[in-house]
Amino acid sequence: MKNIKMKKVVLLFIIALTITSCQNGSEKVSITAAGATFPLPFYTLVFKKYTAESGILLTYGGIGSGGGIRSLTDRVVDFGATDAFLSDEKAASLPAEIVHIPTCIGAVVIAYNLPGVENLKLSNSLLESIFMGKITNWNNPAIAAENTGVSFPDMEISFIHRSDGSGTTYIFSDYMSKISTNWETMIGRGKSLKWPVGMGAKGNPGVAGIIKQTKGSIGYIGSEFAFSKNISFALVQNSSGNFIKPNLKSISASAQGDIPVDTRVMLSNSSDPNAYPISGFTWLILYKEQSYKGRSLKQAQETLNFLHWIVGEDAQAIAQQVHYAPLPEKAVEHAKQILKSVNYKGSPLLK
Amino acid sequence: MMTSEKITKRLLFAASLIIVFVTAGIIFSLVGGAIPVFSEFGISFIFSSDWNPSEGKEEYGALPFIAGTIITSVLALVICLPLAFSTSLFIGEYFHDKKVAKIIGTLVDLLAGVPSIVYGLWGFYVLRPFIVDLGLSSQGFGIFTSGLILAIMIIPYATSITAEIIALTPNDLKEAAYSLGATRFEVVLYVIIPSARSGIVASFILAFGRALGETMAITMLIGNTNKIPNGLFDTGNTMASVIANQFGEADGLKLSALIAIGLLLFVITGIINGAGKLIIKKLSK
Repeated sequence: MKNIKMKKVVLLFIIALTITSCQNGSEKVSITAAGATFPLPFYTLVFKKYTAESGILLTYGGIGSGGGIRSLTDRVVDFGATDAFLSDEKAASLPAEIVHIPTCIGAVVIAYNLPGVENLKLSNSLLESIFMGKITNWNNPAIAAENTGVSFPDMEISFIHRSDGSGTTYIFSDYMSKISTNWETMIGRGKSLKWPVGMGAKGNPGVAGIIKQTKGSIGYIGSEFAFSKNISFALVQNSSGNFIKPNLKSISASAQGDIPVDTRVMLSNSSDPNAYPISGFTWLILYKEQSYKGRSLKQAQETLNFLHWIVGEDAQAIAQQVHYAPLPEKAVEHAKQILKSVNYKGSPLLK
Repeated sequence: MMTSEKITKRLLFAASLIIVFVTAGIIFSLVGGAIPVFSEFGISFIFSSDWNPSEGKEEYGALPFIAGTIITSVLALVICLPLAFSTSLFIGEYFHDKKVAKIIGTLVDLLAGVPSIVYGLWGFYVLRPFIVDLGLSSQGFGIFTSGLILAIMIIPYATSITAEIIALTPNDLKEAAYSLGATRFEVVLYVIIPSARSGIVASFILAFGRALGETMAITMLIGNTNKIPNGLFDTGNTMASVIANQFGEADGLKLSALIAIGLLLFVITGIINGAGKLIIKKLSK
């Protein structure tokens, strides 16, 4: 019921936009996009900046990756946004071939509320034990063994996870699946999961709010949100065995390895010794053939110009201001190459 | 030429027809959206407690949410009944037409108008820490907290209607009872309650219906765990809350499962309303 309502709202919005743009003459182009909420602060800023610079009206609806994919499938947006790349199977279910453009790197941090404990260190086995409910009290010797010199209180561990479907959960569960076969077989990956323990809260603010209010709690939060709030987060052990504090540098390091040409890769558990291991790209998705549903050449051209800009230096600098790690050079190269492969009636839009 | 009478008639008819279309449209889209999940899991969708949205492990069952909705709403009704009933007796009978009853009546109406998100916030920042302090639960979220906040939300509904109905009891009936030597308590028990019972039942059914569909405040307090709660202080989830939480990122089978839950909620509310009407009919004979 609600998705139909949503569709109608999006549709109404598009109609309203079309009407207003018609009044300004047919040459005026406006671009609409919708999808993931994970990169929302970044998109809000860059969309505003691009509108100010180019005069083209850009609108982004943070309705969730699922909503973004639905909107692109229904062809009511110029491009969608998603935190998890589309599987081959899923991509094939869309009406035409699509391409993925990475825009920045986000990470997931493990936030906790334990008075007097700074820089909590979490090894892979601790992460598995805590999040699968095998360790239920902070005074468990296994925790103290990894954190020498820190005294832990006798306090129940309350795990707070997301209650809504989320790309943050996807990146988190993808990492957990990589480091723990138990997790992979029993829980697996997804935007929402069947949790063995803990309780849910809505959105990053919801999870962060409960963690701040509840002593002994632990949970995972999108880095862009955690970095802007005063909240403690843990050092996580990466695949080289180092305990890494999440920051823009260590998150960026996770994308130093090889990236496939279509950029569809989960960055989590990077092999780089300095990389923070729970991180991932976020993507924009669009149709490879831009001539559909009566789209004008100008509309397609402006869409591509914007996408070319968002992977460029100016926009990537903005990403860092709102606590996302910028794309590494290799990813930018790939993204530009992919954009060159996007066509309008068979001929490429970018040279 | 059309008379004004005819025009009015047609306008009213058109307006009523819109209601019919909207209801039919809602049922149509709910049923249409729910078909995939029912064809995948069949009727066991309603009775299965397995809710697993992980990729490749998808399994959907609505029982945890049906259980959560019914338990929190019944709990709310149980808490609300004595409070709402005594308040309405106070306003509608004992202090009827007195200033204090008017003030309380206004406060009750005011409470009915508070948006549910405000109740949720109050529950989160005040009620939840209070429950932790009482030592009832370690983090304060769960069925009990949600039932309590729901009770506070539905008390105004039950109270204001019940008070109206109690005040409507014919005076000659009451006076006749007094003249026979009945005490005030006996008048309430043997005159007011029997003459007002169908209205009282109706007001509580209305309140129960509101508790079933409440979303925001519950989402903030129930803990959002997709399993059948183990006890009053365990966390759980409700039908309305799971839809609000999961809809944004849902697609495919999961989206269908959420729509199916919406359909079930629609059906349950329908059944409750139907049962209420039946009870009222029986009682007013």
